[in-house]
Amino acid sequence: MTVAAIETEALRKVFGDHAAVKGLTLQVSQGEVFGFLGPNGAGKTTSIKMLLGLVAPTSGKANLLGAPIGDRATLARIGFLPEHFRFQDWMTASEFLMLHGELLGMDMQALKKRRDELLERVGLAPFRNKQLRTFSKGMLQRIGLAQALLNHPALVFLDEPTSGLDPVGRRLVRDVVHELRNEGTCVFLNSHLLSEIEVTCDRVAFIRHGEVVRVLELATLNGNQSVVTIRASGWTSELVAQLEHWAHDIQFTGEQLTLTVNNEDSIPEINRFLVAQGVNVFAISPSRISLEDIFIETVGKDGGL
Amino acid sequence: MKKIWILARMTFHEAIRRRIVLTGLVLGILFLIIYSIGFGMISKQVAIDGLSRPDILARAMQNEMSSFMLNAGLYAVAFLSVAMGALLSADALAGEISSGTIQTVLTKPIRRSDVVLGKWLGFAGLLALYLLLMAGGAILIAFLQSGYLPQNVLKALMLMYLEALLVMTFALACSSFLPGLATGGAVFGLYGLAFIGGWIEQIGSIFNNQTAVQVGIVTSLLFPTEAIWRRATFEMQTALATVLQMSPFTTRSVPSDVMVIYAILYLLGTLVVAVRVFHNRDI
Repeated sequence: MTVAAIETEALRKVFGDHAAVKGLTLQVSQGEVFGFLGPNGAGKTTSIKMLLGLVAPTSGKANLLGAPIGDRATLARIGFLPEHFRFQDWMTASEFLMLHGELLGMDMQALKKRRDELLERVGLAPFRNKQLRTFSKGMLQRIGLAQALLNHPALVFLDEPTSGLDPVGRRLVRDVVHELRNEGTCVFLNSHLLSEIEVTCDRVAFIRHGEVVRVLELATLNGNQSVVTIRASGWTSELVAQLEHWAHDIQFTGEQLTLTVNNEDSIPEINRFLVAQGVNVFAISPSRISLEDIFIETVGKDGGL
Repeated sequence: MKKIWILARMTFHEAIRRRIVLTGLVLGILFLIIYSIGFGMISKQVAIDGLSRPDILARAMQNEMSSFMLNAGLYAVAFLSVAMGALLSADALAGEISSGTIQTVLTKPIRRSDVVLGKWLGFAGLLALYLLLMAGGAILIAFLQSGYLPQNVLKALMLMYLEALLVMTFALACSSFLPGLATGGAVFGLYGLAFIGGWIEQIGSIFNNQTAVQVGIVTSLLFPTEAIWRRATFEMQTALATVLQMSPFTTRSVPSDVMVIYAILYLLGTLVVAVRVFHNRDI
């Protein structure tokens, strides 16, 4: 059996009398693209910092690639793009990558080749000799991403990798994540941009008050589940009951009916059925259930404050 | 060990890029120019005054005046080196922690101590160059203009370097858990305390006041910078000055070898504290 990329058990961090992370229990497989979702202050960044050895856990256990956190040999196989992407801004883009490659213990020849490759990949090759202090937010994020990929990591942590990026940059991150998945790299993605998560992740965990409240396979979400609103007249309660053949969560409010179907193909069938039963249908409007809906449902409208 | 070296190089490189080295160099050269002009004028005046006096007395006066002037110059250099040491390292760890630049570094396969030791080594190298330029320059100016070369110059320079390293290391240790400004406050506060303690000890020893001498020793134990400086001036002191006790730079109560060893241990201990505190803190 292959070891998990990330495995945590009741990982906990208390600052003073405030538990930033109450007890994180999580398992992420190698090669998986995993989304880490939760409202502000849910303990996501603290969790990542614990996994990377920046913050010492108060209690609990965690393994990365089979080794306990803080293991130096393992850190050589990990990439990390931190949240606010503040880097040694007096260095040039090229120097910055060289420094981090050297700290990774990379061979000089291989490092130079990899540096050029990555500068090209993130679109910063023309700016390689510019100091980072002259970089825009988006450029800093790109160089940070390049830095996280220097060592062909087996596991990459991206903490809000797209927050400073324009649509082109976001697309770049998305493409890079896809490439990493194809290479079998595990990507641990912490982001607020749910639409990004939706298209990039295999699985997501929802965090609230530093605990996993729900884990979701996005494949099920990307099936055809929809919430359908039907405006019509001439209902009978018997008819409504018969709709359960196609749908669930049926709610009837006056002229309007909302229900959830598991497959969008059911919608025309429902329409035909209603018309055949003599119901006057004015409108049928389906809407896909988005990750955002599930997010709000899971963590609550208060955002867990 | 290799990682320490990489980080030391980075620290050095950063100081050059951030124009710390350039600023230090420009102001240092300015200082040396002014010092050179002043030294020359006073030297000439003393020589003219000496014409009306017997030869042996004139030579002794010239010698004493040169010694006094060099001590004054080195005193300024010592203070500038101390300030340089404190300014370099006061925000070194704290600043990188609060800005977050340390995060990509610490998540590499390195020890936390590598970061502390790498920075220390980088700063130590910068201070050595600075001191060599400034103190070396002042000594060279004195020699070229009056032929005066104090005794034990190398020993004195090493002691001055120790003084600057003490301050730099202490600031680095504070910086591992305090914000930059608080570190600056703590370091200069202690330096001031040691300074005034040293003077109380000197004056106390003139009047044979044991309590005053003990106050000085206690402050020296708290922060041995002033004691090390006094030892440095003592090493260079002319025989005549030791007998006459005539200038503010002559040393009466001489810090012993034990104090020098204590200062070295103090420095190493501070470095150990810096490593340990930084090792255990959350970033």
